[in-house]
Amino acid sequence: MSIRHGLLALLERGPRYGSQLRTEFESRTGATWPLNVGQVYTTLNRLERDGMVAQDGEDAAGHALYAITDAGRTELKSWFGTPVDRSSPPRDELAIKLAMAVGAPGVDIRDVIQSQRRHTVKAMQDYTRLKAQALAAVEGGGPKERDDVAWLLVLEQLIFQTEAEARWLDHCEARLIRLSTAAGPGAPPVHGAPPIRDTPSVQGASSAHGASQPRRNTGPAHPARSS
Amino acid sequence: MSTQSPHTSQGQQRPVLRLQQLSRVHGSGATEVHALRGVDLDVFPGELVAVMGPSGSGKSTLLTIAGGLDTPTSGRVVVEDTDITAADRKTLAALRRRSIGYVFQDYNLIPALTAAENVALPRELDGVSARKARGEAVAALEEMELGHLADRFPDEMSGGQQQRVAIARALVGDRRLVLADEPTGALDSETGESVLALLRSRCDAGAAGILVTHEPRFAAWADRVVFLRDGAVVDQTVRSQTDSLLTGQAAEL
Repeated sequence: MSIRHGLLALLERGPRYGSQLRTEFESRTGATWPLNVGQVYTTLNRLERDGMVAQDGEDAAGHALYAITDAGRTELKSWFGTPVDRSSPPRDELAIKLAMAVGAPGVDIRDVIQSQRRHTVKAMQDYTRLKAQALAAVEGGGPKERDDVAWLLVLEQLIFQTEAEARWLDHCEARLIRLSTAAGPGAPPVHGAPPIRDTPSVQGASSAHGASQPRRNTGPAHPARSS
Repeated sequence: MSTQSPHTSQGQQRPVLRLQQLSRVHGSGATEVHALRGVDLDVFPGELVAVMGPSGSGKSTLLTIAGGLDTPTSGRVVVEDTDITAADRKTLAALRRRSIGYVFQDYNLIPALTAAENVALPRELDGVSARKARGEAVAALEEMELGHLADRFPDEMSGGQQQRVAIARALVGDRRLVLADEPTGALDSETGESVLALLRSRCDAGAAGILVTHEPRFAAWADRVVFLRDGAVVDQTVRSQTDSLLTGQAAEL
């Protein structure tokens, strides 16, 4: 499980205490998967029970320190060496939603696709802005370079994932149009709505830019760093 | 580091480009094709707008009309206060030379001219002395970190370098509007990214841009993504109020 192994990987660099592990985990992953201190200590207790970490005294401020054991190192090595399982995919809500939307009465599947596409592309825009910042941080070098590189990799994973989703949505729409054209007018699976909608589905879409739209905001600092 | 635009209040700005109720019909009668149906779009200084949509949705038609390379059947195109749909040929030609820059997928640069000469060309056509135009071109290239390419001919540059020089040419002098049609089309993804990064930085510096692309990853560099379908704007992304993504809550825990 990833938190377990994530903590082992951080402890490989030397003994640490709980909240320190939390901070370092979040710097590496840009707080994409936030941890709370409780989860960290629960995980540490389990790792200790399994003999993979051991308590290792206290630091000057009285924090209980944990250190990785040989068993922990073996476990960590095996984790890095083993591929993450992709053969039993987790439930994907979007795939389920589209599967259910095929031929569903009163549902225009193209609307479902478009509203998801807008959301997905917008998420990509946000990730891309964050990526530009991460890239600048990496190119600027500096003491936190290792964290910046890790964060950049995580962000790019998010971008690739959203990109795959956007492409899949385009593909679904194109396929549905092809199928409905082949099947003749009025046939499912594209719901019998006319192909052209004159009313935009977001406010202001056809009236050019939304007047209240802000200009480019100052991006956030590296999230883990803004705390 | 900040990505703050020099223009913080879009509300008080005039758009560089304004498309109003733009329609374009090709052919007539039974073969009539509505390439665009009543499209409205404003693009402000500092803004990069991506236009996406399936092929045949009107993306390229929109761009060629916005750039004065084609005329709409109805509607208006206003570039920096000039209605180009009502302008005479001479005014239009001057506007195309002075205000609008184009970047296409291919054939951007003139093969017989060096990068600096290519960038200088629109200024020379505009009556600027060759010497001054050359100076401006070299300055533009240097500003975009392309100075080392100044004396190279197009066939001595990679596709990505050529496209970046094309962006420099599109925005040399006082040009503030760049229209890019699939500028990353023939490039690998990393090179495509460098072209987008340059376009983005030019817009951050105050230019207005429209990017037509079918690649969501490149569209994601834009401030706003407009979705066309069958010649009409059906949707667009609205810019985040704050970069709330991946922030905030995490720090509180």
